[in-house]
Amino acid sequence: MEWETVIGLEIHAQLLTRSKIFSGAATAYGAPPNAQASLIDLAYPGVLPVLNAEAVRMAVKFGLAINARVMRRSVFARKNYFYPDLPKGYQISQYELPIVCGGAVCILLEDGSEKRIGVTRAHLEEDAGKSLHEAIPGLTGVDLNRAGTPLIEIVSDPDMRSAREAVAYLKKMHTLVRYLRICDGNMQEGSFRCDANVSVRPRGAEKLGTRAEIKNLNSFRFVEKAIQFEVARQIELLEAGGAVAQETRLYDADRGETRAMRSKEQANDYRYFPDPDLLPVELDEPTIDAIAASLPELPDQKAQRFAAEYGLSVYDAGVLTASNELADYYEQVVLHLAGHAKLAANTVMGELAGLLNRDGLEVGESRVDAAGLALLLQRIVDDTISGKLAKEVLEAMWQERASADAIIEARGLRQITDESAIERAIDAVMSAHAGQLADYRAGKDKLFGFFVGQVMKATGGKANPARLNELLRKKLGG
Amino acid sequence: MTPWHANTVAELSAALHEGSVSSVELTAVYLARIAQHQGTLNAFISVTQEAALLEAERADARLRAGERGALIGVPIAHKDIFCTAGQKTTCGSRMLADFVSPYDATVVERLRAAGAVMLGKTNMDEFAMGSSTETSYFGPVRNPWDAARVPGGSSGGSAAAVAARLAPAATATDTGGSIRQPAALCGVTGLKPTYGRVSRFGMVAFASSLDQGGLLTISAEDAALLLAAMAGFDERDSTSVELPVPDYTASLAQPLKGLKIGLLHEFFDQGLDPEIEQRIRAALEVLRLEGASLKEVSLPNLPLSVPTYYVVAPAECSSNLARFDGVRYGYRCERPRDLLDLYQRTRGEGFGAEVKRRIMVGAYVLSAGYYDAYYLKAQRVRALISADFARAFHEVDVLIGPTTPTAAFELGAKTGDPVTMYLNDIYTIGANLAGLPAISVPCGFVQGLPVGMQIIGPHFSEPRLLNVAHRYQCESDWHRRAPPGFT
Repeated sequence: MEWETVIGLEIHAQLLTRSKIFSGAATAYGAPPNAQASLIDLAYPGVLPVLNAEAVRMAVKFGLAINARVMRRSVFARKNYFYPDLPKGYQISQYELPIVCGGAVCILLEDGSEKRIGVTRAHLEEDAGKSLHEAIPGLTGVDLNRAGTPLIEIVSDPDMRSAREAVAYLKKMHTLVRYLRICDGNMQEGSFRCDANVSVRPRGAEKLGTRAEIKNLNSFRFVEKAIQFEVARQIELLEAGGAVAQETRLYDADRGETRAMRSKEQANDYRYFPDPDLLPVELDEPTIDAIAASLPELPDQKAQRFAAEYGLSVYDAGVLTASNELADYYEQVVLHLAGHAKLAANTVMGELAGLLNRDGLEVGESRVDAAGLALLLQRIVDDTISGKLAKEVLEAMWQERASADAIIEARGLRQITDESAIERAIDAVMSAHAGQLADYRAGKDKLFGFFVGQVMKATGGKANPARLNELLRKKLGG
Repeated sequence: MTPWHANTVAELSAALHEGSVSSVELTAVYLARIAQHQGTLNAFISVTQEAALLEAERADARLRAGERGALIGVPIAHKDIFCTAGQKTTCGSRMLADFVSPYDATVVERLRAAGAVMLGKTNMDEFAMGSSTETSYFGPVRNPWDAARVPGGSSGGSAAAVAARLAPAATATDTGGSIRQPAALCGVTGLKPTYGRVSRFGMVAFASSLDQGGLLTISAEDAALLLAAMAGFDERDSTSVELPVPDYTASLAQPLKGLKIGLLHEFFDQGLDPEIEQRIRAALEVLRLEGASLKEVSLPNLPLSVPTYYVVAPAECSSNLARFDGVRYGYRCERPRDLLDLYQRTRGEGFGAEVKRRIMVGAYVLSAGYYDAYYLKAQRVRALISADFARAFHEVDVLIGPTTPTAAFELGAKTGDPVTMYLNDIYTIGANLAGLPAISVPCGFVQGLPVGMQIIGPHFSEPRLLNVAHRYQCESDWHRRAPPGFT
């Protein structure tokens, strides 16, 4: 039987507010355990939550960016369950009335077509703390620094049909939240993570299969691997005549497999009800309009503009706009290098991306800034150096943090464009290789390359390739 | 000369400002009375003697420096539900028997800033769940009018303390009648303000949408003085209301001419003790002679108050009390085997029977499959009750009826039957469900036990309620009577 995979994602994105969603405690990552837990985060008797208005603004931004309905009234609810890293014994979240309803983003498929992925809802909630099972032997520690960090939970429609699509959607959201500056997107620290709901059904079937939920995936690779494993597991199970259990599963990255965490029967009854400590969140038109006016250029808009303005392919425009920082960097290069947008695009996506990747740096941490890179490219354009030598110069700039001109000067890499100098080199090579010259003139055209190589060798690779070709052809021809 | 303890806050304040007594002297008087009667009444959970005398000294310094303020140097007691920095806050529970709050509740902070001196923390039903102060982990409070009887609850300690003149005033909280019912049963004045008028920050939560801090005093005038200091917006409580605090004393003496009083038909039902009805009708006659007109009004959904309340309040309490898990503070069971054992034994041993009963009821009404039938339906009925009140206030200015169906009952009389106990709040719960202010004032005695008249008004009508209560108290002296042995 042919099977169709159905995937929906729930993304948790920590919002970049300075303080927590219901208390004044700081949200910075990496403080000593419980150093950033206020009495409110610790759920002391008598304390009350007060909503952080900035978190609301950020959620509204997100809703507007995915063309969703931003609800004029949303309500916080309590999700009740006991766990040591949940100090109140309930999580404040939004349940029946979330702040954002119904939106969508488009992802680019491998065949170059676009696919719309629906977003059911996005709601505000607080993060839990962390249980530290390894910190103290035989005991579990609790760190409540993360407790109360604002999150938006973004729930997609079950619109994705492969692990690849799921990753493309996740990347799209990752790009978007960073553009909006509402989440730092740091997956390692858990500020951007997701749960995947995965099911399979016979191709053509209408009814969805029973789904498993894979919890807490914190890298694009894990999302892909976990879904691939889970899909194969479910198909194998069904083809052997078994049934998929509705359950929560964990992805074990070391073993590359998912395994059952708890079944539906063991699932908590969360006893949701509206939180009486918090008023409904009411938003009026002027507030929403003001937030809309503050939205930055979004990734899709920017990619379209790049394609139109710089003559880039849709794919290249997509790559260059994958992050705001990369797009800004690229535009800075182009700004200094008017008219050579394509050369800039190739270098940024090629050599620069390669160096960043090799050294594990973000574009913001690049050892060569946009103006510096533009100068290097300018030296290709004005024939100071060849494109081939430019790679060497860039590597040297990267290592020595020096300008292109300084490297070119110090290493004597300036191209020889002086015709008489090139002619002298050609003459010397021709007289040193009389045999090959005779063969060439007898019709062995392939030897042209040999002479190019010899002249390049003689000039230390600095002869201007176009001039060299031209002069060499003339001279060899007699 | 009358002894100091027979005075109201207003009278003590005048004496303090005149210099005829110091705060230290007054504080010593009340501390001595507390010590003398603690054995019989058990009104206090803790007495903060040293801190009180230090505060009194500071208050005296303020007075000597010429500072003026109605509460400077006036000793008061706090219900042990309000968090007090550095002093125990037990909420009447084993769960918090040794808990010391790191911060002051807003109410405590404001009264402290106003110069009031804290004598100690008063006994109460565990987590404010009860109508007799018999569920306290620290033992029951006794009614100063008859030590065999309950003082009402949950603010029984505060009510008994004021009735016995162990403090001239005390803070209290009211979720379903916990200020007004003990006020009625102990013969003192008890004001539950509009929901949102007084900050709940630092008040250990029972049912967040119903809880409201208020006070117990000898007179309505005193209630006005204390409310002025307690009320007002607090940015730490999102449900506190951002409205200016009026001058509650300015309108106290206003004549009642033209006042339209609604007699709540549903409050004069067959469950009401006929002798209590007589006292209420006599009080109404006093108000009529003052110029008020009387009119019977009906709130058809009001009889559904008790069942509605006993869905909503337990639902909220089941969630509010989840934080008491033995992990961060409070009681923790000995040597837990694992996490589940820690939770089960900590909560099993730390909470008393009534609290556990309500947590279980609350968890039940919120659970999947029952939520719509119980919690959601209760919320709908709650909206209907609010609408009934709103309609009534189109016709009348205030609603008046009894505070309780009976006078104080004997200890143990209702502990075996929770529903009978719950029905004691039948007249008080409506105001909580609708978030309305209400006051109970003494209006006579039945067989030597005090009777309370309840006045309910529209949202933020505290000035009106205090005005009506004050005018009544100008024409009566029930509120000035202290129990035999405590005069």
